[in-house]
Amino acid sequence: MISMEHYLVVSSIMFFVGIYGFIARKNLLAVLISIELILNSVEINFSVFNRYLYPEHMEGVFFSLFGIAISAAETAVAIAIMINVYRLASNIDIRHIDKLKY
Amino acid sequence: MEGIAQIVIFYILAVAIVACSIMAVTSRRIFRAAVYLLVVLLCTAGLYLLLNYHFLAVVQLSVYAGGILILFIFAILLTSAKGDRTEPHDKRRVVSGVLTALAGLGITSWATVKHQFLYGNNPTVLGDHETNMKVVGETLMGTGKYEYLLSFEALSILLLICAVGGILIARKR
Repeated sequence: MISMEHYLVVSSIMFFVGIYGFIARKNLLAVLISIELILNSVEINFSVFNRYLYPEHMEGVFFSLFGIAISAAETAVAIAIMINVYRLASNIDIRHIDKLKY
Repeated sequence: MEGIAQIVIFYILAVAIVACSIMAVTSRRIFRAAVYLLVVLLCTAGLYLLLNYHFLAVVQLSVYAGGILILFIFAILLTSAKGDRTEPHDKRRVVSGVLTALAGLGITSWATVKHQFLYGNNPTVLGDHETNMKVVGETLMGTGKYEYLLSFEALSILLLICAVGGILIARKR
């Protein structure tokens, strides 16, 4: 029997690796990959809490499901914005994107 | 015997998740980072299978590994030149990122390990307790208490808006 803490430690490692990437990376796509890691670890946490603490309910699973769908929508919009930024600035390095429209 | 197999599978998945997520954020080539992210997402689907949430594992595979990764790969191909490598990491950013991550990881792991979760005497945790697909469908489509038809419909509208907004933002003028 795997205890709950094992899952939680794995997902918190994943979360803070994502935090590290969010701070340290300079490519916008790499930042988005870090955000995906963070969201994914949170979804693991929701389903683990649901399975171990309230196995007769389904709230955690549905929160994970809706979280997956919302992160898909967020990724689609973010990638559209990045393609637009690439057209305007011809790179997606966060240090060079310091202007608004003009 | 089955318990040992589960533990071995869990540790394999955990090591793969930790290693590939670290490589996904440290890899210099963005395409490799996307592939490492794919491995992390597949192993997460494996964790959901270990937890007996089969529907969630399938959704994870089809939406993340099937949908989002394709989007990532399209975006990488559209926004980077051939043989493109990112510049070396900025020392100060790396140091502050590592410090923040280690501090946060220390605090959360300490709190997690220290806290006594009260699930040990809950009989439904042990054993195969697979969630019935019929129950999932009725919970998703029901209108009663603890049922999610309204949020499901709101989510469908959100996805439609995101698709339209994405096209609107990224189209050529």
